[in-house]
Amino acid sequence: MLSVYFSAGHPNLKDTATIICSLAKAGADIVEIGMPFSDPVADGPVIQQSSLRALKNGMSVKVLFEQLEDIRQQTQIPIVLMGYLNPVLQYGIDKFCERCKHVGVDGLILPDLPPEIFNQQYRTTFDKYNLCNILLVPPQTSSERILQLDKWSSGFLYIVAASSTTGAKQSFQPYQVEYFKRLENLKLSNPKLIGFGISSRESFDDACNYANGAIIGSAFVKALEANGEITNIVENFIREIKG
Amino acid sequence: MNYHVNEKGFYGGFGGAYIPEMMYQNIEELREKYLDIMNSATFKTEFAQLLRNYVGRPSPLYYAKRMSAHYKTNIYIKREDLNHTGSHKINNTIGQILIARQLGKTRIIAETGAGQHGVATATVCALFGMKCVVYMGSLDVKRQMPNVLRMKMLGADVIPAESGNKTLKDATNEALRDWINNPLDTHYIIGSVVGPHPYPDMVARLQSVISEEIRWQLKEQTGREKPDYVIACVGGGSNAAGAFYHFLEADEVKLVGAEAAGLGVETGETAATLFVGSPGVLHSSLTMLMQTADGQIIEPYSISAGLDYPGIGPQHAYLHKTHRGIYQPVTDKEAVDAAFKLTKLEGIIPALESAHAFALLERIKFKPSDIVVMNLSGRGDKDMQTYIDLMKHEQTK
Repeated sequence: MLSVYFSAGHPNLKDTATIICSLAKAGADIVEIGMPFSDPVADGPVIQQSSLRALKNGMSVKVLFEQLEDIRQQTQIPIVLMGYLNPVLQYGIDKFCERCKHVGVDGLILPDLPPEIFNQQYRTTFDKYNLCNILLVPPQTSSERILQLDKWSSGFLYIVAASSTTGAKQSFQPYQVEYFKRLENLKLSNPKLIGFGISSRESFDDACNYANGAIIGSAFVKALEANGEITNIVENFIREIKG
Repeated sequence: MNYHVNEKGFYGGFGGAYIPEMMYQNIEELREKYLDIMNSATFKTEFAQLLRNYVGRPSPLYYAKRMSAHYKTNIYIKREDLNHTGSHKINNTIGQILIARQLGKTRIIAETGAGQHGVATATVCALFGMKCVVYMGSLDVKRQMPNVLRMKMLGADVIPAESGNKTLKDATNEALRDWINNPLDTHYIIGSVVGPHPYPDMVARLQSVISEEIRWQLKEQTGREKPDYVIACVGGGSNAAGAFYHFLEADEVKLVGAEAAGLGVETGETAATLFVGSPGVLHSSLTMLMQTADGQIIEPYSISAGLDYPGIGPQHAYLHKTHRGIYQPVTDKEAVDAAFKLTKLEGIIPALESAHAFALLERIKFKPSDIVVMNLSGRGDKDMQTYIDLMKHEQTK
């Protein structure tokens, strides 16, 4: 399974629907749409830059929902929104979830919304609108906590491959392989997708050996900056990864 | 009323730990252990000894005679400017490096705006032989070169933050990213009462030595333990949190905070978070923030790099909301005037940050019998270039 991330509003404000449809056509299995934030602390330089550019282009939660209004008439690929909590809070959690359901978003990844606060304050709202809340699992997590996160997460588990912010890395280190094996042994109920540092066919294949699939972000965001038709760039990129 | 943090890390609706899961282990470990460590006999002894013999505490509580005559009241100045490294920041860095050592950490990271917290961190890292990395906005690196050089001489790596406005907020983002990338050996010494729980409470406790001393010093000098006013400047708010701490439950003590208004709260060029902000989440804490309707953070402005922050400690947001604290915006010009007045009347050149607090003396109507404690959080050495430029400007007018 291949999930691909891009920042809404980057490289151009109105690319959103084109990128989603091109990804679906080229063979991606899930699309993750980044909602830009001025202070993305969990992201490396590539996504920091794309977020900033997107904000300069005029992207916001409101604009994104407008752009997604007709998306379900064009594609049925699963769509996940990913972003930081503050823009969602300011939009209003209830209104946000209602809009997600309305345009056909399937799930959310909000890295700075801790699961404890989610469970206490927002779970009922997410359930009401049938939205998955996808949780992150970093390598230093204890097995006990991983089992908890698996219980609290829905859709899939976002396996953070390295102790790091987002961005391309070298091939897997022994500690990462050990961590992936530990996850396998825990027999988790959610599918696992490995992200952070996946950038090539090699690292994608490697990740698929240990999980149900992988997530590519920074490498795709960078590829989108090249000159040329978005459709072609996306098609070439996915072919490169999936063959 | 309880003005302290509750068991979930909140002050009323403010605070919490809105951390990505990548920070969970470090924050959880700190949350579990900080009180036990701080209450242990070893920590207490070592902290007290270092504050006395290394920092030079207690800092004097000085009766400012000429200033008192000028404002027709009784003004006492708490001299945090006389601490080693020139400000209150060292109280916190000494405490946190002792905690870091107890947690088995060997590498320290910090953010800094004006460089005061960076210098205080680099200093304790030299003292304890720990590796030190300080993140500083690249604009601040240019504005505060003497402090950059001090940190380097002390052995710290100073890494310029190139994102955003290249100031304190961006330095904090970079420090958080560093921590996410180095989750095992590193402790992040946050410089103010901001960030995820337990930082606001931990830093306030470490800075509470200020109000603890004020209480006995005042008693010694006036026979009274409690003043009528405690006045301090507030950026993130650590010196104010420390100066307020032991008076929070004493309702008769008015707690007053000066926020940096920059060119004025109505101009947009401001850092007066409580006056132009609204609740939101930044740097893992729910607090008052300067932000757009879409929830993007607005870059603040103040003449003083140390108050140039778009948020405020969650405890201050709560004290403001409950009216236990009285907060007032002070413009660049008011702060500069106050700095020159303090210099002329008492022979003390204050940091620009601290000068914001002194500007409030112009505004508040004191009684002749009132006892007013001014927290002078730092000295003005680092701001000499600004003061020199202002004097030149005066002469050419």
